Amino acid sequence: MTALLIRDLRLALRAGGGFGLGLAFFLLVAVLVPLGVGPEAAVLARIAPGILWLGALLACLLSLDRLFALDFEDGSLDLLATAPIPLEAVVAAKVVAHWLVTGLPLVAISPLLALLLQLPLAGYPWLLATLLIGTPALSAIGGFGAALVVGVRRGGLLLSLLVLPMYVPVLIFGAEAVRRGGIGAEAGAPLALLAAITMASLALLPFASAAALRINLR
Amino acid sequence: MALDVEDLSVSRGGAVVLAGVGFTLAAGSALLLRGPNGIGKTTLLRSIAGLQPVAAGRVRAVDLTYAGHADGIKSTLTVAENLAFWAAVHGGGEIDPALAAYELTRLRDRPAAQLSAGQKRRLGLARLLVTGRKLWLMDEPTVSLDAASVDLFAGVLRAHLAAGGAALVASHIDIGLEAAVLDLARFRAVEVARSGFDEAFA
Repeated sequence: MTALLIRDLRLALRAGGGFGLGLAFFLLVAVLVPLGVGPEAAVLARIAPGILWLGALLACLLSLDRLFALDFEDGSLDLLATAPIPLEAVVAAKVVAHWLVTGLPLVAISPLLALLLQLPLAGYPWLLATLLIGTPALSAIGGFGAALVVGVRRGGLLLSLLVLPMYVPVLIFGAEAVRRGGIGAEAGAPLALLAAITMASLALLPFASAAALRINLR
Repeated sequence: MALDVEDLSVSRGGAVVLAGVGFTLAAGSALLLRGPNGIGKTTLLRSIAGLQPVAAGRVRAVDLTYAGHADGIKSTLTVAENLAFWAAVHGGGEIDPALAAYELTRLRDRPAAQLSAGQKRRLGLARLLVTGRKLWLMDEPTVSLDAASVDLFAGVLRAHLAAGGAALVASHIDIGLEAAVLDLARFRAVEVARSGFDEAFA
């Protein structure tokens, strides 16, 4: 399992692995929004939590279609399915690798982008906390979607249509916690709900994803 | 006993393609699967490997590994990295003997993207050695290999059998192996497939 994690990280960092793609996308969204809605600090501060979370969501989505598709195309998935590690562990390792390559860099760069979007200072810790807690759920849910469409050629669009609705609760609670945190209101409840979503999806979805992969390997 | 297949039916796309397949494979022996294109050699191998459910019958096998048409090679990793990954997944076998067996030692630090088709296939076959599995299921292992490489492969296979391993090989060409041949034509499930087809569109 560790070997798979290391291989996936190595593949992501090599040429053409797609590392930084989501990060660049996230950066662009945060730069384009002030250009689109104008530089008024009050307006930007109001929409910043939503934009930042939406950007993180879409950046995460960008790299999902390669999560299992590449291994499916070159036969690795067949070989992993016959290897002495459970397919659930394969899914878990690949989801963790996806989060380390996509989610974690988003968390790290988010304070910089929050600055561009005039997020109130009180919102910064909440932004970091929600992204840190919420992005693993994005990878886990996205992994499930990627497992469902793995056999479909050019399944990227289908994947977005499948996954985005499942991202709705994460978006709502994540952005709400940041918004409340920013105006100094109580934000513990949405944060707790976000943590619950993450833990539930990390605990349950590897099993669902593995089942979907088994069907698609037939 | 390395593999025991009893009254096995396998299906592809919902239609049964082979029915009543039965054979046993002892440790130290190999069995060659023969039959025209589309008869269901790949389907049979994938079913035995557990990659797809069987329609009927029973398969009992020792620890096995499967080598399909695709070799599971990552083009941005080097030859050694590719092989070391599969070794680690299967519990950490030595990669150097496997590289040497397929004359890949010289290429070990070359990215797999730069390998020729035959070299890639040799790397895919070397993977079988590092898995440490007893039973090898191989689907057209000699595709894109030249004559010298086929000899190399036959030598490795003989050594594997001599060490108590077993192999089930679907291949069209003669790999110079003293092994039993199973012609799948007699297990063809034409009638079943046809009736299933008619019902679906009735």
